Amino acid sequence: MTLQLSHFSAALIFALFASIVFGITQRSEQREMVKYGAKCFVFFALGTIAAGWVMWILRH
Amino acid sequence: MPRANKTNVAESPASKSAVKAQPQPITAMSVIAPAVGWLIPGAGHLIQRRWGRGLLLMLSVVAMFVLGVLMQGKVYAFNTGDILDILGFVGDLGAGGLYIVARALDIGRGAIDLATADYGTKFIIVSGLLNIISAVDANAIAIGKKK
Repeated sequence: MTLQLSHFSAALIFALFASIVFGITQRSEQREMVKYGAKCFVFFALGTIAAGWVMWILRH
Repeated sequence: MPRANKTNVAESPASKSAVKAQPQPITAMSVIAPAVGWLIPGAGHLIQRRWGRGLLLMLSVVAMFVLGVLMQGKVYAFNTGDILDILGFVGDLGAGGLYIVARALDIGRGAIDLATADYGTKFIIVSGLLNIISAVDANAIAIGKKK
């Protein structure tokens, strides 16, 4: 069995799980964990989109 | 009249660093929690009754590892060759029991026929690195640095 994800969906899944671990391990309070995890996820996702546009600009 | 020095000994930077430098007490849990957490992702938190955190960490690390394998990612064996291969092995080793099982079952060494298989390799490495972070966090809880 193999799994074939698109580049973007792979990046989003990566961002989701990494953000969960970052949120839990880098903050002490539960509320802060959720906030930090969400922030990491947004930064991961926006960073992916920004990197995609940078590569598109370099290509053209 | 000379101005009095308001900084007393207890508040001076030197004494603060001395307080920080004091070694944490080594307890059985401070050794067992990270070891168990490395071997079974999230278990270091579970044995300290952090059920929600433990389950979420377990889900995240295991899911990333399994997805990496399903994407035909490579599981590195011990090697002394290219530096990136050595680092790949170190990252993979962080996954603990998952890595041992994958190596025992000879998973992650098949022929790659997907363009995105390299993502799988990175998923496996990062799951190991995230597991090391969670094992360190389990230790921080065990020694009382974190709630």
